[in-house]
Amino acid sequence: MQLFPCPFCGPREESEFHYGGEAGNLRPDGGDVTAERWAGYLHMRHNSKGPTREIWMHLTCGEFFAMTRDSVNHKVSGSSVLGETEHGA
Amino acid sequence: MTRHYSALSLFKEGVAGQTGWEKAWRSPEPKPRYDAIIIGGGGHGLATAYYLAKNHGVTNVALLEKGWIGGGNTGRNTTVVRSNYFYPESAAIYGLAHSLYKTLSKDLNYNVMFSARGILTLAHSEAGMETAARSVNAIQVNGIDCELFSVEDVRRVVPIYNFSPDARYPVYGGTWQPSGGTARHDAVAWGYARAASRLGVDIIQNCEITDFIIENGRCRGVVTSRGAIRAERTGMAVAGHSSVLAAKAGFRLPVNSYALQACVSEPVKPILDTVVISPDTGVYVSQSDKGELVIGGALDRIPSYGQRGNLPVLEGVIAGMLDMYPIFGQLKMMRQWAGIVDVVPDSSPIIGESPLPGLFLNCGWGTGGFKAIPAGGTLLAHLLATGTHHDISRPFDLDRFARGRLIDEAAGSGIAH
Ligand SMILES: Cc1cc2nc3c(=O)[nH]c(=O)nc-3n(C[C@H](O)[C@H](O)[C@H](O)COP(=O)(O)OP(=O)(O)OC[C@H]3O[C@@H](n4cnc5c(N)ncnc54)[C@H](O)[C@@H]3O)c2cc1C
Ligand SMILES: [Zn+2]
Repeated sequence: MQLFPCPFCGPREESEFHYGGEAGNLRPDGGDVTAERWAGYLHMRHNSKGPTREIWMHLTCGEFFAMTRDSVNHKVSGSSVLGETEHGA
Repeated sequence: MTRHYSALSLFKEGVAGQTGWEKAWRSPEPKPRYDAIIIGGGGHGLATAYYLAKNHGVTNVALLEKGWIGGGNTGRNTTVVRSNYFYPESAAIYGLAHSLYKTLSKDLNYNVMFSARGILTLAHSEAGMETAARSVNAIQVNGIDCELFSVEDVRRVVPIYNFSPDARYPVYGGTWQPSGGTARHDAVAWGYARAASRLGVDIIQNCEITDFIIENGRCRGVVTSRGAIRAERTGMAVAGHSSVLAAKAGFRLPVNSYALQACVSEPVKPILDTVVISPDTGVYVSQSDKGELVIGGALDRIPSYGQRGNLPVLEGVIAGMLDMYPIFGQLKMMRQWAGIVDVVPDSSPIIGESPLPGLFLNCGWGTGGFKAIPAGGTLLAHLLATGTHHDISRPFDLDRFARGRLIDEAAGSGIAH
């Protein structure tokens, strides 16, 4: 069992967490958003191999946060409270 | 040199001490230019190569694989082949694959050990039975064989199930596709490779694509660990690595990569002669021809390129299996492994030209593309040869995400992924 760091609760078992998507995927604003732009927001992903910055939810405390993780070896290098620009989940 | 596999050639080689067999496929040096390039030596890439040569007469083709053929998901899956899908578009694609599987051994002159042993998808509640009845109706309307099973039917087919009154997952019935079954996964890769090579396709292993050659906005070939190779049309079927190559070609895909695990037990005497899937426990089991129980389960919880899987999911799979089959309590597990699968929001494949003209996609098969290999190959070959869609592949084009015409097969896949 791997431990993930919740910025509010500290290190907890991986099964307490839910993946919430890539960080920085911002919802398009306004009335004239093209179908391609909507599809990009809803469906298209970088799905990077290696270091990634992701949104996660700690199910136990119910908080969203950002985590930096390597998608190949699963090493977590840090987690932080969400900044203004990362409310993309 | 003995090329053809037959009772007579087996006998002749037996007498001659097995010295005259020719290699199953050639391993030529890559040429600088081909009529078409295929990236990925899994089942889909190899089948594409074969059907390009066989159906379209395009034989000046290179199939490029970074590792060894069949070393990806094609050699890591649990070998289930079926076509009991909900939507007509899906039934068309998986139905085509299933019909080609039935005669594949003869077509390829290679025994892929297709075994139509029947597939049972269980229902564990009254609501589950209603969903099952709805599925059976849809599947039958799609022209595919499928029946609704009662508890008695299940008892007849899977007597080892836990039918005790205090079972955590009681059986209410299920759906049954009599013509579903399994095929030998390695043999599918090797059979297509051998048949394609004999039609002239160059199969080149240990050849990783590191970049695309892009000129005037078109894909004109690839840069590889063994040099540049040019072609006017390139197809890619790299499963879990689709996003990695898409990034090199300058676009994104609606794909998330996840590890999917499986495990096999020690071999035991014949005890299960069908495939049993339980959407509620997320576990499915069949018995291989060697006697091992082949056990598959849920997708890993974490997006991943780590081709080994993680423990919490495996624990859940084993727990569910023991609840369903207490008789397996003493079984020893021999091996566990994972493959990296490409999961798409609507659980349907992506087939069509990519945003980079000249580069064509076959990906997004997720956790269920082994059963689809003959169809995926037929359709990508059609695209590479003609530049246009086959009727069956049109609905699976990448443009469906912007047009909103998703083919949401999460339910039809029979298990929650
Ligand atoms: C545990 C598990 C169980 C499964 N069970 C079933 C099942 O029962 N039934 C079913 O229908 N499906 C099942 N699947 C899914 C099925 O295995 C896949 O959908 C299918 O094998 C995909 O085939 P493919 O040819 O597209 O990909 P792969 O077989 O993965 O082949 C892709 C190839 O591309 C190569 N490649 C990647 N990047 C590059 C590069 N840069 N350059 C060159 N080559 C590259 C890889 O090395 C690989 O060999 C399962 C999968 C797993 C992991
Ligand atoms: Zn927390």
